[in-house]
Amino acid sequence: MHEMSIAMSIVDAVVANAEKEGGVRISGVELLVGKLAGIEAESLKFCFSAATKGTLAEGAALVIEEPEGIGECGECGMRFPVTFYYAECPKCRSLRITIVSGEEFKIQSITIEEEGE
Amino acid sequence: MCDTCGCSGDGGAVLRKPGESDYHVHVNPGAEKHLHPHADGEHRDHDHFPEEHHDCDYMHDHDGGHHYHEGGSRKIVLEQDVLQQNNLLAERNRGYFEARNIFALNFLSSPGSGKTSLLEKIIPLLQQRIPVAVIEGDQQTTNDADRIHALGVPVIQINTGSGCHLDALMVNRAVKELDIRDNSLLCIENVGNLVCPALFDLGEALKVVIISVTEGDDKPLKYPTMFHEADLCILNKIDLLPYVEFDVAKCRENAMRVNHHLEWFEVSATTGEGLAQWQQWLEKRLLHH
Repeated sequence: MHEMSIAMSIVDAVVANAEKEGGVRISGVELLVGKLAGIEAESLKFCFSAATKGTLAEGAALVIEEPEGIGECGECGMRFPVTFYYAECPKCRSLRITIVSGEEFKIQSITIEEEGE
Repeated sequence: MCDTCGCSGDGGAVLRKPGESDYHVHVNPGAEKHLHPHADGEHRDHDHFPEEHHDCDYMHDHDGGHHYHEGGSRKIVLEQDVLQQNNLLAERNRGYFEARNIFALNFLSSPGSGKTSLLEKIIPLLQQRIPVAVIEGDQQTTNDADRIHALGVPVIQINTGSGCHLDALMVNRAVKELDIRDNSLLCIENVGNLVCPALFDLGEALKVVIISVTEGDDKPLKYPTMFHEADLCILNKIDLLPYVEFDVAKCRENAMRVNHHLEWFEVSATTGEGLAQWQQWLEKRLLHH
């Protein structure tokens, strides 16, 4: 269950950033989790709500964007969608595929609420 | 509360040493929490999209509700790697290893594929020429560290408690407690798990994934992330091949499909078969890493 420790590190990072920006509450967090990043988005959502308890991010809406995997063939250079690491080039059947997209794992943005007055 | 020292360090990883029952150090994530990205002098610019500052229609819809957001809400673009904290610390470990010419290997596999047995066999072959030190990772017990300790090399055990993987902070702490000599080989035996440890850089030079012939030959396809991240793959327990249905060529092909850069070795930690080739490869890498 690495999603829990990851959720906790996300909470640490967003809370640190929100405090620095003078936010009193975090109402939204946007993540970019590529489909090949090795992270289960559903599991992460579950852990995130648990990890935010008692922090500035409690109750924050979590939005996860999941970019598709894209592979590039080392033989013919063709780019094509991949769902896993063991892809085969649809054009030349080569297995020398390099993943060029889908491994992203980033905190894109946070939305903070600022004190009134 | 910790049973051994009575401190409040609960749930985190603990370092232990074989034969020193009183020794234990808590790896407290709190201590490193303030290792901000700014610590390396890099200033991270936040893009404050001014047009979005007060783009918050719903705030005006509350009549008599909680007006905690009267000051407005604001979106801050971070584009920050989620594993940044771990990766920064891993790079610090890597820099330390490089400066002292320590060749660090991260050993990964399912439980029971023979990581510790392999270390027990290869270390005596190497230690005549190269100093070796070991970091052992397990949820509980110092059993593995005890086995390595018997070889007479410096070893420290990380007990991760509920944790399913080692992270860069645990290794950072362990290295401080371990007497590693310059120009040595550091073997880090990760928690037995083919999933989670793949994501966490420890600062190692190479990742070594071990599978055994008592597992399935489709393992590289079932756990592709690990095989994709690894630099070399060691097939262990080849002495058992006559007794199991395991297609070595097929397994190798599966591994190569996931990662065509993977180096491949076939060994038996029990009989010693194939260890000479791996030893040769290691010694070459130790000279030129």
